[in-house]
Amino acid sequence: MPHFAKPGEGSWTQHYPELSTGPTTYADSTSPEWYELEREAIFEKTWLNLGRVEQLPRVGSYFTKELDAAGTSLIVVRDSDNEIRAFHNICRHRGNKLMWQDFPGEEVSGSCRQFTCKYHGWRYNLDGTLNFIQQEEEFFGVDKNDYPLASVQCDVWEGWIFVNLDPTNIESLKDYLGGLGKGLEGYPFHELTQVHKYRAEIGANWKLFIDAFTEFYHAPVLHARQAVADESHKLQGYGYEALHYELDGPHAVVSSWGGQSPPKDLSMVKPIERVLRSGLFGPWDVPDLGMEQLPPGLNPARHDKWGLDSFLFFPNFMILIWKTNWVLTYHYWPTSYNTHIFEGTCYFAPPKNGRERLVQESAVVTFKEYGLQDGNTLEATQRMIESRTPVKSFPLNDQEIMIRHLHHQVGRFVREYQEQQ
Amino acid sequence: MSDTSTVALPAGFEDLAPFSDWVLQGERARYAKRVESTMDELQAFYDAALPRMEAACEYLEQYALDDLPEEGVNLLWLYCSLVTVSFPVEVWRQPRVPDAGASAIDAVLEPAI
Repeated sequence: MPHFAKPGEGSWTQHYPELSTGPTTYADSTSPEWYELEREAIFEKTWLNLGRVEQLPRVGSYFTKELDAAGTSLIVVRDSDNEIRAFHNICRHRGNKLMWQDFPGEEVSGSCRQFTCKYHGWRYNLDGTLNFIQQEEEFFGVDKNDYPLASVQCDVWEGWIFVNLDPTNIESLKDYLGGLGKGLEGYPFHELTQVHKYRAEIGANWKLFIDAFTEFYHAPVLHARQAVADESHKLQGYGYEALHYELDGPHAVVSSWGGQSPPKDLSMVKPIERVLRSGLFGPWDVPDLGMEQLPPGLNPARHDKWGLDSFLFFPNFMILIWKTNWVLTYHYWPTSYNTHIFEGTCYFAPPKNGRERLVQESAVVTFKEYGLQDGNTLEATQRMIESRTPVKSFPLNDQEIMIRHLHHQVGRFVREYQEQQ
Repeated sequence: MSDTSTVALPAGFEDLAPFSDWVLQGERARYAKRVESTMDELQAFYDAALPRMEAACEYLEQYALDDLPEEGVNLLWLYCSLVTVSFPVEVWRQPRVPDAGASAIDAVLEPAI
């Protein structure tokens, strides 16, 4: 008997007829050729989140983003009209990378009045127009108007900055994010300005880490030791069931219970958590974000045991919104078919005092400890699905529906792209 | 930071002076020290600091973050280290995360305080 109600079809998976219930393969995670198709069909076609507007507080604030999967580096900037814009990070003169420091492959951020190329001093306004050519009279009829920075479609949704590298794209960001995006509108993301960001190089296909973070079936087992022994045993006995799943186009959400913020029984959690009143589920004492009610997209099952919702906005952006008024995001940036860069960012309300700062540290470090376990497990998975073992077919259970959906959607994007070629 | 004589802690926390090498700004530095330490060293720090944590929290609660005096900031970093050290002591029974091998997740952006 399930603890939480499932759809009338008997399972979450069967509620979505486009999904099969049969075994799956991970051939889409072991092939350099397939990865090349994903780059073109997905990372050069869909809206990608690069961060938040608070990262660009003033006119002239900028950051760069390396997008290996789309084969480019971007500059994202707040221009003189307070518009957020994005450009390919390349000087129009000889193709030098425009904004970088010390290491050409690393990301930078800062503030400037204009972009100046280190190589020959060409200068661009914050809106991308070219305003200065060194020794302009030596060129042959070059008109500055013909050489602006190459711009990229850029839009902002609820303070989240997205780009789309396809110049022919006509789908607005709002339309792309669909009903799941709409259901989150009004959430006070802008109040959560205390940021801790982590980065890891992971030896596994990008989808495998999303797979790990869109199912909690693994949690009572892989993370068993993070709970105290009795609690861990109990959790494994129960296993994991979500409160609710929803698939919406390429995007999806899983809604989960939140039994540890605070726990029913203090002996369930680590001793230090009892003193700090904080842990994996975040600080137990919840900051007031001035929300009269949750946006309709949160806690979709309207369950009193609700703890968090994990949204996957296709292809590689996850937002976890916790009942305890903090937010965690994950980004997965492919660098090859079997490597990617993982970014995990924690967003909290600014701590009012040192105690609150310490309490937030506890949530951040707990996330990191779990993430380390997950990250290395992925490398073990990648090694074997890539191996020449004859085992190529794998079952997925109903709590792994978002994995089935992700790989299904990746296949659909690649197929539709190939049909258009 | 290894010269412990220069790291002041607030009055009333003198008993933690032997552990002031844990006054480290930045999660990377705190984690690095943890994985370079023995379990005996981690346990000794934990055993001394955990019973004083409630008192430390009460001290830290008195100040807005921007007004926290230098010795208070030191106390905050010391207890951030305790958070990092609590995992080996309370959970893993070893300094590193089990099965984490060579993998690392590094802090790339943190609040100044």
